[in-house]
Amino acid sequence: MLERGEVANSWRHERWDSFRLLTPNWQSRLPGHRYEGPDPDGYMTMAEVTAFIEGFAARSGAPVRTGADVTSVRRAGDGYQVTTGGGEFRCRSVVIASGACNVPVVPPFAGAVPGSVEQLTPFDYRGPAQLPDGGVLVVGASATGVQLAAELRRSGRPVTLSVGEHVRLPRTYRGRDVLWWMDASGVWDQRFDEIDDLTRARRLPSPQLIGTDERTTLDLNALTSMGVEPVGRLAAVRDGRALFSGGLRNVFSLADLKMERLLDTFDAWAREHGRDGEVGPPERFAPTRAPERARLQLDLRGGEIRTIVWATGFRPDYGWLDVPVVDEKGRLRHEGGVVDSPGLYALGLPVLRRRRSTFIHGIESDAREVIDHLATVTLAQRPGA
Amino acid sequence: MTTVANGVNVQALLDAREALKGAPEAAQFVWRASSKWQDGVHSTTRVKEFFGLGQEQEHKSEAVFDADHPEVFAAQDNGITPIEYLLIGLASCLTAGVASVAQNRGIQLRSVEAALEGKHDIRGILGVDSDVRNGFNDIKVTFTIDADASRQDIEALVAQSQKRSAVFDALTNPTDVTVEVA
Repeated sequence: MLERGEVANSWRHERWDSFRLLTPNWQSRLPGHRYEGPDPDGYMTMAEVTAFIEGFAARSGAPVRTGADVTSVRRAGDGYQVTTGGGEFRCRSVVIASGACNVPVVPPFAGAVPGSVEQLTPFDYRGPAQLPDGGVLVVGASATGVQLAAELRRSGRPVTLSVGEHVRLPRTYRGRDVLWWMDASGVWDQRFDEIDDLTRARRLPSPQLIGTDERTTLDLNALTSMGVEPVGRLAAVRDGRALFSGGLRNVFSLADLKMERLLDTFDAWAREHGRDGEVGPPERFAPTRAPERARLQLDLRGGEIRTIVWATGFRPDYGWLDVPVVDEKGRLRHEGGVVDSPGLYALGLPVLRRRRSTFIHGIESDAREVIDHLATVTLAQRPGA
Repeated sequence: MTTVANGVNVQALLDAREALKGAPEAAQFVWRASSKWQDGVHSTTRVKEFFGLGQEQEHKSEAVFDADHPEVFAAQDNGITPIEYLLIGLASCLTAGVASVAQNRGIQLRSVEAALEGKHDIRGILGVDSDVRNGFNDIKVTFTIDADASRQDIEALVAQSQKRSAVFDALTNPTDVTVEVA
């Protein structure tokens, strides 16, 4: 196992200070290793996640080589040549587990933002104190965007939140964590080969959730109640002005409808499986409140906005992968983790084999199936094996 | 699903979607219109040819549109005002979307009607107040749909049709427009 930094590197170095897992503690489970603390319904801090993964590394005896930054993987004979900062490896098979969030995505028009406005990505952001006083434009309303918008608003700054398509979820539903429902009802078990539009499922933004002791919901209604001003999707920066889409109401409708459909699914599951008795009564949530008149533009030279936080997603970085298996959008071409090159595999990507693939507890079943392929197909073909 | 007949060939659209995944150049269309000044603020615009799927194409017949201003603008009213054409584009685009999405989702439509209102402060175009914009301040579309579906499913049809609408996008997002003299 080659690790570019230390065990749990991205948790240590690529998250902001207040970051907590979106999944409740009891869902943090790896083979033979699970949360054993006093608060199964809580959400791990970064230090706790790091300790959890270190604990698993120790317990499993995984042969981790830290500080081994991979700079190249290329096809060599019937296997691969792997170049790292600490030496060369030859191997029959490679499992890519470098994740989907290596680089923050920033739209090209970020270059047109006036120099007087500071720009940050979630990788740069640690906490409100590092920002200048004054207004903040947070672009993007997935989990990262809503969490940073709330934290920055609480620091006393005026916050404008640019909202495109998003996934709205309540933190709890019928008295249970909404992710308990995703787990128990089988939504997360849906397999990649059962999903109609897999490309879309793999591109789904992270849900508007936050892990707090109070288990509060952080949807757009919660944010507007705090004084965050929603605007449409940022469409362009032109002549020093940020131009927002006038389609805000429709992204609200789409998210409200999708959430209702999901809650209907949960209710039907509870009814059909005789689980109504162990949860509270069905709930429905108020539609997302649209502002009377959402602003369509903001003058970025006027001083109202001092900082832009680009919470516009992440992408994987395959710059080191010298095998032609990356598509024109920079995504790995694979079928359920079996990459389109003999002996090359992937793990830990969105909906790799199931909807739960990118969650900590999602790795176990994916890994078993991918490794089964590796053992029965790749290694079985080995000369003399 | 086979019993639903909204008259949209969804299979052809789904096939096109698959085919164009590997052929982005064939997906590049150019829509054209050519206009001619008549008199006063009256003009006539003709639409026939367009480019797409890698070659020149044309409509079965040429369409001719007169635009003018109403008599309250001291004009001849030989046709609707140009900004009203935007409402036509939006209404027909969203309606086409509703029909297509309904067909794809197996929802039989019985009637789809839309009422559109575009709020327009004409002090902008008259130069009365430079803080007033020239275009619509806002547009409201109200659909009345009779279909074999729940209200939630009908709302989802309308939401999805906006999500995939060319004209909705063109109106809600900025577009780079170049106007030059030949």
